[in-house]
Parts: sequence; C-alpha cells; structure tokens
Amino acid sequence: MNQTQQSHCLDPDDFGILLKILNEKGYLTVGPTRRDGAILYDVLESMYDLPIGWTDEQEAGIYRLKRRDDNALFGYNVGPHSWKKYLFPSKTKLWSATKKGAGFEIDGEADAPPTYAFIGVRACELHAIQVQDKVFMGGIFQDPIYTGRRQDCLIVAVNCTQAAKTCFCTSMQTGPKVNDGYDLVLTEIIDEARHYFVIESGSDVGADILKELTTSPAEQDDFQAAATHIENAKKQMGRTVDMTDIKDVLYHNYDNKRWEELEKRCLACGNCTMACPTCFCSNVEDVTDLTGEHAERWRTWDSCFTMDFSNIHGGSIRASIGSRYRQWLMHKLATWIDQFGSSGCVGCGRCIAWCPVGIDLTEEVKAISDSEEGDRNGTHQDN
Amino acid sequence: MNKINQKPKLAVWKFASCDGCQLSLLDCEDELLALADEIEIANFPEASRAFIPGPYDLSLVEGSITTPEDKERIQDVRRQSKYLVTIGACATAGGIQALRNLKDVKEFIDIVYAHPDYINTLATSSAIADHVLVDFELRGCPINKRQLLEVITAFLHGRKPNISRYSVCIECKRRGMACLTVTQGAPCLGPVTQAGCGAICPAYNRGCYGCFGPTETPNTESLANWLLDKGMITDDLVRLFRTYNAQSSAFKKESDRHE
Repeated sequence: MNQTQQSHCLDPDDFGILLKILNEKGYLTVGPTRRDGAILYDVLESMYDLPIGWTDEQEAGIYRLKRRDDNALFGYNVGPHSWKKYLFPSKTKLWSATKKGAGFEIDGEADAPPTYAFIGVRACELHAIQVQDKVFMGGIFQDPIYTGRRQDCLIVAVNCTQAAKTCFCTSMQTGPKVNDGYDLVLTEIIDEARHYFVIESGSDVGADILKELTTSPAEQDDFQAAATHIENAKKQMGRTVDMTDIKDVLYHNYDNKRWEELEKRCLACGNCTMACPTCFCSNVEDVTDLTGEHAERWRTWDSCFTMDFSNIHGGSIRASIGSRYRQWLMHKLATWIDQFGSSGCVGCGRCIAWCPVGIDLTEEVKAISDSEEGDRNGTHQDN
Repeated sequence: MNKINQKPKLAVWKFASCDGCQLSLLDCEDELLALADEIEIANFPEASRAFIPGPYDLSLVEGSITTPEDKERIQDVRRQSKYLVTIGACATAGGIQALRNLKDVKEFIDIVYAHPDYINTLATSSAIADHVLVDFELRGCPINKRQLLEVITAFLHGRKPNISRYSVCIECKRRGMACLTVTQGAPCLGPVTQAGCGAICPAYNRGCYGCFGPTETPNTESLANWLLDKGMITDDLVRLFRTYNAQSSAFKKESDRHE
C-alpha cells in the first residue's frame, strides 16, 4: 500500500472533525442536507447539517423522505441536486461593461470562487464530474468558470451501501463502488454490533488529512464488511439498461414509433436536464439597463427541451416535443459516445425520479430495443 | 429641439383589470427616475392626472375587453400607438374575469345588481389581441417588474426583449428547489406554465397557479393525466386550469376536456 492509499476506521461521531479540518484548511464544505422535503446539497457547517437518520424512497416521478431506524450519516441515495450546481453554476455573470465614448470598457474581474470540499460524492456522481471534466476542460478550449472551481476542489466520496429503485449505475458501470478521482472515500458500516466508517485516501492531499484524524487501522474484517455493504447496493439496484450495441440500436431507430408516444407524455419542462449531473447546455444572454450605458452578459443553464434552444432562421428545428426528447436521449446515450468518448449517462436515475410525469429513460430504451428485436425477428421470418 | 421633445412617449391604458400590473410599473422604485429620464410618461392615470395627447410611441395596455365602450376604445388606443404591448393575464388572456365566458352573464347581473338595466356589458371577457394587433404580450398575474423593465429597455434600444417562453420548472431548478410534485404529489402547473415569475409559489411551498399562462408547447394533457392517475378529482383538475388564464387556449382546452 503506497502513501496515498491508506485505510482506517473512523467513528461516526468524529465525522465532524473531518469537516472542521477541511474548514481550517480553507475549504468550503458542501454536501447533503435535508430541505424542502428532499436531500439537497448546501453548505455543511457541522456534521449535524447532514440528514442523519433519514433516507429516501424513489420511483418514477416520486421522491419521499423517510426516517431510518438508525443514525446513518449517508443512508440515502442521490437527490435532485448534483455537484454541477457548484462547478457549473445555474446562473453566472460572465462580464459587465460600461459605455465609454464610442466604445465600452469591461468592468473589474469577478470574485474568485471558493475552494470547495464536496462531502458525500457517490460513485455515479464522481463519474458525472469526470464526464463534465471532459466537456469543460478536455477540448482545445477550457471553460474558465468550470476549471476555476474544479481544479482545487477536494472530493470526499462515499460508497453506496443501498440503492434507490431508480438507480442503474451497475448497468452503466459507474458504481456503486467508487474507483478513482477522490481524495478520501468512506464506506459507512452499520451492523448489529457497530456503526463506523472505513475511510481510505486516494490522493496525497487525502492522505495528509487522514493523518490528522483519530482513526484505528482497518482490518480484513472491516474490508469484508465494506464489500458486503456495497454488494447490498448492487442487489437493490432498481433498474437496468442493456448497453450492448446501444449506439447502433438507437441510431437505427430515429423513426421509431416510441418517439410519438413520448410526444404525448413528455412535458418538455426541462426537469430531466436540470437534474442530470452531466447535462451541460447553457444560454448566453446580454442585458442592458434603461440608459444603455451599462451592459451585462449572463450564462444560465439551458435545456434542449426549449424551443429557443434549437431556434435557427425560420424557427425551431425541433418543433415537436417527441423530437426534443429523442435529441436528449440520443445525445445522452449514443451521440455523446461519438462526441466525448464515453456515455453521457451515469445511471443515477435523477431524470426518472424528477420527471413530473415519471418518464423512465430505462423503460424507453428497452421499448426501443425490444421493437428493434421485433423488427429483426420480423425480417428473419420474411426470409 | 430639446431633449424632452426627443424622448419617446409612453402611455399606460387600463381596461377591465385590478390595476396590479400598472402597479408593477410604479413598483420599479429604484428605476423609476432613470425611466422618467429616458421616456416621457404621457398618460399614466394611476401615477398622475397629467395627460399629454397622442400619438404615443409605446402603449402599455392592461386589462381585458368586457364592455362595448372598451371594444371601441381599444381601437382608438391602437390608432394612436406606434407599439402596443399588453401587460398581464387580463390583457393577454381575458384574466380571471374571463370565467364569465363559461356562464350566462345576464344571470349574474340579475342576481347581483339592484338595477340590472344600468349594466351594459359584453357576454365575454376577451384578450386585447382578439380586437387589435398587439406587438408584444407580457404575461403574468401580475407581470414581473423586471420583465416589464426588460420590455421597455428593449423597446428603447430597438432590440428584441429577452422574455423566455419555456417552463417555470427551468427557473425553479435554476434556483435549486426540489420539485413539489415529485416530493409531495402537489398539483403544480409549473411544467406547462411560462417562466417569468422566478418560481415564486414553489419557493413558498405552493404549486404553480399558472399566472403566466401556457408555455411555448404546453403538454397539459399529459400533466392532467398524471394528476388524475395520482388521485386528483376531476373537479379540482378543472379548477386548477381555470384561474387567471382560464381562457388561454391550452388551459381552456384542457379544462373543457374534463368537464
């Protein structure tokens, strides 16, 4: 075991010390907290801001908080927020300018963002961050807003020990176990005898922080217990997607009748794209004040479900709702692979739970895939 | 010519309405002086009895058409206005008073008034665009003052106003709120209602009432089916769609479908 990979056991009562250490090092600790009937991400001032003893039940279009019968710190699954709210904020002023003679002058620089420590990042979410890393930092041009927030960001990941009915990370090979890209990773173990964390470091920064915590060495039994708990999440996985030949399957089905069904069901409200941890589309809008002396340029989250998104000369090229849903699903699962070399879906299930009419991406893929199967069989019979 | 005479002339007109949208203009407290610098307020009875005759560069029209007299008056407003912008649900969809369109108005008059013969009203409350050409419709009950300033600013600088026609959900999620329909099963018109209010009601734990009228492509049928499936009774569903924008085509069609 090298310097960066160290494993220890941490008492849950000492979790607050971890937050304190991070705060002292200048990190703004953000993570899950209970608000508005859900588990959202916000600033954590102490470990008691965590939803201790709470869990969630999720289904297509349904999310409910429930009490647990223990005091688990991370006994729930992902909620409506994702870390993109910090790395790719929903509303950012790009610059402002003031009229000067015939031209204009750009006003002073924007304030530097805080250095974040993300607490409780799940495996699927870590993959989502890595997907957005490619989008915002992987090409010829780097997005300065994203890069500025991402580069020094510290990640305290948590292995999932339970899954929601909307989860399908095992199908997307993005979880439930965290593999890389973290500074520290925790597995929360609760059994009849004990409640503790197995905590492991994944970077030098993480290893240094770990040294400052009061821990006991992790033994073979602890690793076994962690593995069993993670296995439990796998068993509970509520949904699956067959990713075999997914690109081909979808590319063959631009005219599938299923899109017409979606035309009837989809609200084009954009909730799936707002909740999705990888959706990265934004709109840039210029605003002027009454005098015309002062102008600002703002970037806001956009959605491929709006008409303006695909508005070109003469109108929107995706006037029907079905065509907008198809664009979103096709991009997420197929064209994303051509564009960025990986799937745009991490199997977190947010688009399923947070669709106000419960449209289920996994069900749609299956329906399309099954009809393809039907077509193939049909062709076979004709032969 | 001095600067005063070069300033565009603004007129505010009231038809059948509660005055709340005009009030949004007065509510622009911080910007009101800047506005008065850029624009000549030629007619705005709620603010001042001063009146400068037309023609006007920009007319803001509040309220719906409910009387034979107003039906004529709006023609006159149009004739005097270079640009005519309607403000609020009454002016753009007939308002809450358009609920009369579903009933016999004569019956109401007979019940309510001691001398029904004094009342001269139309059988329906209708949107301004049903009577004259409207250059831009600003939604809301009431309108949002920031959007009003945006429309006036865009007019002053000869550009298109940045007024989005997508759903309230997008504003709601940009604010980081959790969906009330998903977390509580609360009936919320957000997914089919145009943004602009900043998702005020969801921020106070109430479903959207649809004040800003239907989105660009409102799928009311799917939302209605979902709500019925989750146990909403038909009468409640009809009422949900019949408030401030009951006569906007998408909401009207949906409520009529369930009656």
